[in-house]
Amino acid sequence: MRRVSSSVLALLMMFALVLGACAPAPTVAPETQPEEPAPAPEEEQPAEEQPAEQAIELTETSLLLGYTASLTGSQNVSSSRQDNGLQLWIDHLNAMDGFQVGNEMVTFDTVSYDDESSSERVQELYTRLATEDNADFLISPYSSGLTAASSVIAEQYGKVMITTGAASDSTYKLGYTGVYQTYTPASSYLTGALDLLQHVDSAVTRVAFVHENDQFSTDVVTAAKDYAETLGYEVVLFEGYDSGTTDFGSFINKIEAAQPDALLGGGHFQDGSTFARQLYEKQIDLAFVTLLVAPPEPDFAELGEAAAGIIGPSQWEPLAQFTEESAAEAGLEWFGPSGEEFVADYIAKYDEEPSYHSAGGYAAGLILQKAIMDAGSYDPEAVKAALDAMDILTFYGRIKFDTSPEAHGLQIGHSMVYIQWQDIDDLHKEVVWPLEGMTADTVYPIP
Amino acid sequence: MIGILLPSLVDGLLLGFVYGLAAMGLSLIWGVMNVINLSHGPIIAMGMFGVYLLFSQIGMNPYLALIVVALAGLLAGVLIYAVAVHRVINAPHLSTLLATFSVNMILIGVGTAIFTVTPYNVDFSLGSVSLGPLQLLGTRLAAAVIACLVTGLLYLFLARTRQGKHIRAVANNRVAAELMGIPSARALALSFGLGTMLAAIAGGLIATFFPFTVLSGGGYELRSFVIVVLGGLGNPLGALFGGLILGTLEGVIPVFMETTWVPVLEFVLFVLLILLRPSGLLARRV
Repeated sequence: MRRVSSSVLALLMMFALVLGACAPAPTVAPETQPEEPAPAPEEEQPAEEQPAEQAIELTETSLLLGYTASLTGSQNVSSSRQDNGLQLWIDHLNAMDGFQVGNEMVTFDTVSYDDESSSERVQELYTRLATEDNADFLISPYSSGLTAASSVIAEQYGKVMITTGAASDSTYKLGYTGVYQTYTPASSYLTGALDLLQHVDSAVTRVAFVHENDQFSTDVVTAAKDYAETLGYEVVLFEGYDSGTTDFGSFINKIEAAQPDALLGGGHFQDGSTFARQLYEKQIDLAFVTLLVAPPEPDFAELGEAAAGIIGPSQWEPLAQFTEESAAEAGLEWFGPSGEEFVADYIAKYDEEPSYHSAGGYAAGLILQKAIMDAGSYDPEAVKAALDAMDILTFYGRIKFDTSPEAHGLQIGHSMVYIQWQDIDDLHKEVVWPLEGMTADTVYPIP
Repeated sequence: MIGILLPSLVDGLLLGFVYGLAAMGLSLIWGVMNVINLSHGPIIAMGMFGVYLLFSQIGMNPYLALIVVALAGLLAGVLIYAVAVHRVINAPHLSTLLATFSVNMILIGVGTAIFTVTPYNVDFSLGSVSLGPLQLLGTRLAAAVIACLVTGLLYLFLARTRQGKHIRAVANNRVAAELMGIPSARALALSFGLGTMLAAIAGGLIATFFPFTVLSGGGYELRSFVIVVLGGLGNPLGALFGGLILGTLEGVIPVFMETTWVPVLEFVLFVLLILLRPSGLLARRV
């Protein structure tokens, strides 16, 4: 009996060791715990610049920012760029030794994990971030589905989370109080494309929607379909495909049979670029194609001729002109670096042009920084109040949140731009909508 | 309706040839040695990555790369047989299932460590061919032709060569074949090698028109099981026939209903076949 007990004990110990070995390792370990702020070194005290009676001894406080990125899996491309943007914000913050909150200079340490583009992993990892790593604030993973999974955890543990890379409206209609959206909501994603279509060809009547069957894409096309019908378009095809679909043959055959003038839909980068490639290979006669997420990515150009003419909604483009002057004209407070500074620093660090996912990652950090500065505290309730009151203009655009109980945290300040890949011989992006921000006329119909 | 049905049918049929080729490997291994090869999926994925690496790293034409992939698949199969299967070949089925499942986990683990689960894509096009209302993709046509060619060569190998006859003899009666002086271990290893070679070639062909990840083989492995049952267990030509049926279903079903229903109907068919005709539509051994 004793031998059996010993064997069971040994097995349990081995199991515990295996479990321990399997536990994910954070990509960046926090160096400083937020609960124990380190005293500021004497040489950093600005006392000599202050009048003696107002001398303030600044202490250093490092807050812990937790998030996951999809370093592997289907969301890898967009998520990595979002992570790059966030890391650049951390770099900028460190370069100026943080920002002042009361008597403290606040900086951020980060703890992040690879969520493998999986909702299950996101729930495990955000629970870990909230309970074991004790992250002070959270940034969402990339994509609406993963963000929905993380939002439940953030709300459950009372953490303030800035979401980015997540446009779905539905997450913000669940009564959450600490989840704030950086992106323009999905319900407004494709409505501008329909306005653009009407602008370039008012004779078009038949449109088709083929979309990924995930939360984000379904939210987008459902809203766009309703909008199309109010504009008088006939929706000749409305169908979803499973996430991970690689063969679009049956959908393309249906599109061909339905004979639409315009196609709108897609989902994320992998399926969107595969869909565009197969549309091109099958030589489908479509005058206007707008796909979600994939076209604004710089990697979309690797499709070559298949990319030409494809339009995509973008949360931000390097060409976008949001400046201190435009903030003053709009009566808004300007915050953060200029678009030129962001683009130049991003290219210097990553040797590639930033996509809107990168800008979204950076903007999420900026929003959190501004909220803590406005709150004068990093107490979650004070930060929430500052976020509720926020109405600013950044290089990424306007930021303002819905504060109604029905859609708390939903982004209501930011708006989309639409890009098109043009010129097969020198493939490049142009902003084609809205009219006030366009850099070139729309190429219509697709060559 | 005919305007959409015909291209969908042809697309499905073309894809069915490749499904059939993948399933043929599974069927051959079962037919010769009664082993259900659970490492079939990752071997298909290895074929995809083999073509991808040769194409992207050294610029080799994907169809030339298939020859290298086929040889590598053959060698990998012989190695897997020698290391994981040979010692348990006469043990109950559960042992061979666990052995090949272990190989499956090892291959997926190594593949994920090297390539992660990020999608890859062989950026290669052969354009398309217009035949009346049909727009046929060059890569899919080439895949169907190569699948037929490989099937023909396999048939010739099994029917006309000494090694092929050894395999058929071992498949019919291993003890009698050994008594006749046929080296059964060599025939079994070669069968396993040929089975994995077919899977690797199918993977390489799929990579020329669909993006893929390390885990992509799983879906094709599942289809292969359905196809093998459909065509008749242990009958490689039946597997090709089953592949064509499944490909046709995948092409035609979405014409009438949403694609979400395709796997539902496929597996309903699978269950019905097991219940009504467990030996498959073309049951015959190698």
